[in-house]
Amino acid sequence: MAALIEIEGLTKRFGAFTAVEGVSFSVSKGEVVGFLGPNGAGKSTTMRMLAGFMAPSAGTARICGFDVQEQSVAARRNLGFLPEGAPTYPEMTVSGFLGFCGRVRGFRGAELATRIARAMERTELQGVRLQPIETLSKGFKRRVGLAQALLHDPAVLVLDEPTDGLDPNQKHEVRTLIQEMAPEKAIIISTHILEEVEAVCTRAIIIARGRLIVDKPPRELAAEGPDLEAVFRRLTTGEAA
Amino acid sequence: MIAIARRELGSYFATPVAYVFIVIFLALAGALTFTLGNFFGRGQADLNPFFSFIPWLFLFLVPALTMRLWAEERRQGTIELLLTLPVTQWQAVLGKFLAAWAFCAIALALTFPLWLTVNWLGRPDNGVILAGYVGCLFVAGAYLAVGAAISALTKNQVIAFVLAVSACFVFAAAGSPVVTEFLSANLPVLADIARAVSVNERFSGFTRGVVSARDLIFFASFILFWLLVNTVVLEHRKAD
Repeated sequence: MAALIEIEGLTKRFGAFTAVEGVSFSVSKGEVVGFLGPNGAGKSTTMRMLAGFMAPSAGTARICGFDVQEQSVAARRNLGFLPEGAPTYPEMTVSGFLGFCGRVRGFRGAELATRIARAMERTELQGVRLQPIETLSKGFKRRVGLAQALLHDPAVLVLDEPTDGLDPNQKHEVRTLIQEMAPEKAIIISTHILEEVEAVCTRAIIIARGRLIVDKPPRELAAEGPDLEAVFRRLTTGEAA
Repeated sequence: MIAIARRELGSYFATPVAYVFIVIFLALAGALTFTLGNFFGRGQADLNPFFSFIPWLFLFLVPALTMRLWAEERRQGTIELLLTLPVTQWQAVLGKFLAAWAFCAIALALTFPLWLTVNWLGRPDNGVILAGYVGCLFVAGAYLAVGAAISALTKNQVIAFVLAVSACFVFAAAGSPVVTEFLSANLPVLADIARAVSVNERFSGFTRGVVSARDLIFFASFILFWLLVNTVVLEHRKAD
């Protein structure tokens, strides 16, 4: 079966600084990849290139076989993307915002209404549907961003820190949601919470200084050291190199 | 694209921007027409005093409208959301422009009491007035396109505003006698170009009731050019 996400030699340079260098991997249906790395390692940059927001300096990325640069609209139709910080339009209401995202994606009328209702149900936003997003707490804002990414039931989900700012209960719910969706999709989540990777991910990819250094199931990775955190620290602080 | 335009237009009215803009626009347009424009003293039933101030009003008010178009998206980070939805950049640019243009049309339409007044006081040539309004709309569109392109350059709204006012001023003043006389005395080649790209020069035809194909093509290509600039700028700087 062809991989839903294919990344080959992806590189991004900002002037003399190389943020991401030659990152290659692919993700198939049913896989949940945990994207790990210290701050500034190039996680968000890689995700932005995958979402077609940044043009790579070299290399290619494909979503469901569509090149994110050459066939960007087709690629984005199959992608649910939660950008870093879950940006939303603060003055809009939750249902207004989801309605906008749905209409841009071409949904109308009854289908739009059912999709919004389902996305809100999955992210438990029904209670705040008519509130302006700026009046919501951080956890709710994050879930609005998540609802937006799930709205069109995409084959590929790229979530940049989906559980950041959520309380432990909400984190648990988001993880459950990801596990529920996992069999049908290819999912990449970036996170700093290592136990999250052990809980939901089938693979862990560690990036440091722009390079991919590890691509293994989290269990194998944890087996290398006393625990996953120790392995992560050893790999990313350069002691292993 | 329609969805983007709808959201954008909705966001004007969801924040005080729309109401402040419309109230200031109507107050200034009315005040200038009646005081400096000497609306009653002229003894003529037409809207020329009103139309003569519109380009200068737009010079300041339109950049106030466009400064947030892209700068705000950049600051909020929503640009990342907008440009990863399945739309092309051209559609996003066009959607935003149409929303701002529709908003200007609403503001202009709300000056209808002036039109009622002249029709009540005398018998104006309503064809000329209609042409004047069409001209106003094109001037607004031209400034909007310039302002939107500049807004895509920065995440700072104040910089976007100041640069847009300056750029619009260049196109407004290019055809004024001061500029053209200076240029024809020193750089005759530029004088013709300055007249040719002057928004105000083109607009004056509309206020006389002349809607010429040349002027329409000028405005259409002017707007298109700046929207393309906007798209290119966005493509190259979207992630900064």
